[in-house]
Amino acid sequence: MSGQTLYDKLWNQHLVKQRDDGTALIYIDRQLLHEVTSPQAFEGLRLAKRKPWRLDANLATPDHNVPTTLKERAEGNSGIKDPVSLIQVQTLDDNCVEYGIEEFKINDPRQGIVHVVGPEQGATLPGMTVVCGDSHTATHGAFGALAHGIGTSEVEHVLATQCLLAQKMKNMQVRVEGELGLGVTAKDVVLAIIGEIGTAGGTGYAIEFAGSAIASLSMEGRMTVCNMAIEAGARVGLIAVDDTTIDYLAERPFAPTAEQWEAAVADWRQLVSDDDATFDKVVTLKAEDIEPQVSWGTSPEMVTGISGQVPDPLAALDETVQRSHTRALEYMGLHANQKITDIKLDKVFIGSCTNSRIEDLREAAKVAQGNKVADTIKLAMVVPGSGLVKRQAEAEGLDKIFIDAGFEWREPGCSMCLAMNADKLGAGEHCASTSNRNFEGRQGYGGRTHLVSPAMAAAAAIAGHFVDVRSLSANDAIHAQEA
Amino acid sequence: MKKFTRFEGVVAPLDRANVDTDLIIPKQFLKSIKRTGFGVNLFDELRYLDEGQPGQDCSNRPLNPDFVLNQPRFKGTEVLLARRNFGCGSSREHAPWALEDFGFKVVIAPSFADIFYNNAFKNGILLITLSEEEVDRLFAGVDANEGYQLDIDLENQRVITPGGEILEFEVDAFRKHCLLNGLDDIGITLQDEDAIRAFEEKHKDARPWLFRQPA
Repeated sequence: MSGQTLYDKLWNQHLVKQRDDGTALIYIDRQLLHEVTSPQAFEGLRLAKRKPWRLDANLATPDHNVPTTLKERAEGNSGIKDPVSLIQVQTLDDNCVEYGIEEFKINDPRQGIVHVVGPEQGATLPGMTVVCGDSHTATHGAFGALAHGIGTSEVEHVLATQCLLAQKMKNMQVRVEGELGLGVTAKDVVLAIIGEIGTAGGTGYAIEFAGSAIASLSMEGRMTVCNMAIEAGARVGLIAVDDTTIDYLAERPFAPTAEQWEAAVADWRQLVSDDDATFDKVVTLKAEDIEPQVSWGTSPEMVTGISGQVPDPLAALDETVQRSHTRALEYMGLHANQKITDIKLDKVFIGSCTNSRIEDLREAAKVAQGNKVADTIKLAMVVPGSGLVKRQAEAEGLDKIFIDAGFEWREPGCSMCLAMNADKLGAGEHCASTSNRNFEGRQGYGGRTHLVSPAMAAAAAIAGHFVDVRSLSANDAIHAQEA
Repeated sequence: MKKFTRFEGVVAPLDRANVDTDLIIPKQFLKSIKRTGFGVNLFDELRYLDEGQPGQDCSNRPLNPDFVLNQPRFKGTEVLLARRNFGCGSSREHAPWALEDFGFKVVIAPSFADIFYNNAFKNGILLITLSEEEVDRLFAGVDANEGYQLDIDLENQRVITPGGEILEFEVDAFRKHCLLNGLDDIGITLQDEDAIRAFEEKHKDARPWLFRQPA
């Protein structure tokens, strides 16, 4: 018998029952809840007169609808001006009180984007199954946890049964070998992977990211990579446990302590794919080939390097692709063969569950330091992923760097990643965004999103158009700090 | 959930790949705490010429005459025909809620995104995966024939065209069973309550830290 992949191990450790029809019952260790995808699940429980199976497996926080301006946030829920958003946040609060579920409310310093909060609290641990009614739950796979997004019916199912009905996925390994160039980040790695395999390349698979370039990433970087597994079609992204994982978790509030910590660490060390494990598909990228990435279209696979140009739709061999590219260029207001560095920007957004952690803010701040946001940029905003990230950034003086450079320094939440709160693009506006999706209308009706890393977003804010972060004078600062 | 029965339905063609859930139902409508009423905002940005707001009366909004669902020949459609990777993007179940509320019972495409696939079946929508060639033929058929209908036969896992062509499709046994019988899967899972409890005890013994709460 050949060895097991990390995914196989996690699956087997949580298999309650395998049914004859191919479906299985999988035990869920942690469910994260937010206000958008949970209200109908609680309503379903109530109508069926069911109770949550295990309260302490759940952790809730509002993130999608919360305002990010200080004045509004100081007012708590009543600072939410949109009455429909307010009802949604209030409903989460009410449900958590009614059922006794722990919630970090709007002004709790631990509040933030669920996918930032879970790991930060140690509420995401290696070897767990983690679900949330949110496709970016793949983020938590960075810890060697089996984590994926689910729909609201499944949120209700997990609340009621602590299990999920699932079918085992296939195994894919994406290896990134070698050393990443200076100024090339985890975001560029995952965008390059999506560009390579496409937005449906991982459909039906759990993707394990491996190779020396992945192993060299910090936990923040690994979370960025796993976060966007869904943009490659895979519900699950995974990275094996190593010292980086274990060091990150030590002394987090929900992490085990004392003797239990030792036992847990010994167990976590097993959470790697066996040497003789077989994958259904393996894709390998060379780290040296990856340059800072910029998306030009309306699907994350429509991406290229900063030295590249917008493709000519007619150059595509497939007719469906030709049509998609033509439509994308029309929506984006770009033309074939336009240089990426010629794309001018109106707004810059640094934030989201992909890139709002402390390391992301540090990288952006290095570029922003001593520079000024271009006059042509209408708004450049930095939205920390949680209250604790914000506090840490302020302790390091990053807020001052951003404010001095002309960025707005905001309160934590999902913000302009999907524009459910007041932060959004106007029609036709181009945005350099550290978020994860460049779909039509995602950041605001008619808005044009370009996905980039935090450093590239900061560089674009200063230049007013895309620019190779590796060529900026700020690079000297990066060198100096890394030396 | 209603039982899924055999029917013949008008087919509406949506000729684009990678239709994402933001396109199916834009985010401003996700603020509702209900499961119903999303149909009027299905494909909102394609369907109307203005920006839609939640709770708005849509009857007076300017329609995009080019959009397929606004064309009289597709009125009453129950079968959506689309291209590859339909339903990619976010996990919002509002997407199948909107499709269902609008009146769609079936979506046919060469491939679907994983989360959307689960969500659709849980709301009684049958997703039929056919080959690229078969989907091409259906697009051509719809294009050439006004009032083009397909006979959808889940029991026998086949789609029958007006010309009598039979297209067979795969669907897993459990999902088919739930759809045909209109079953709530929480109820089915709770029949295994004892097995879940037994597993939970064993799991807690082996890995107690997974059950730990902060002091």
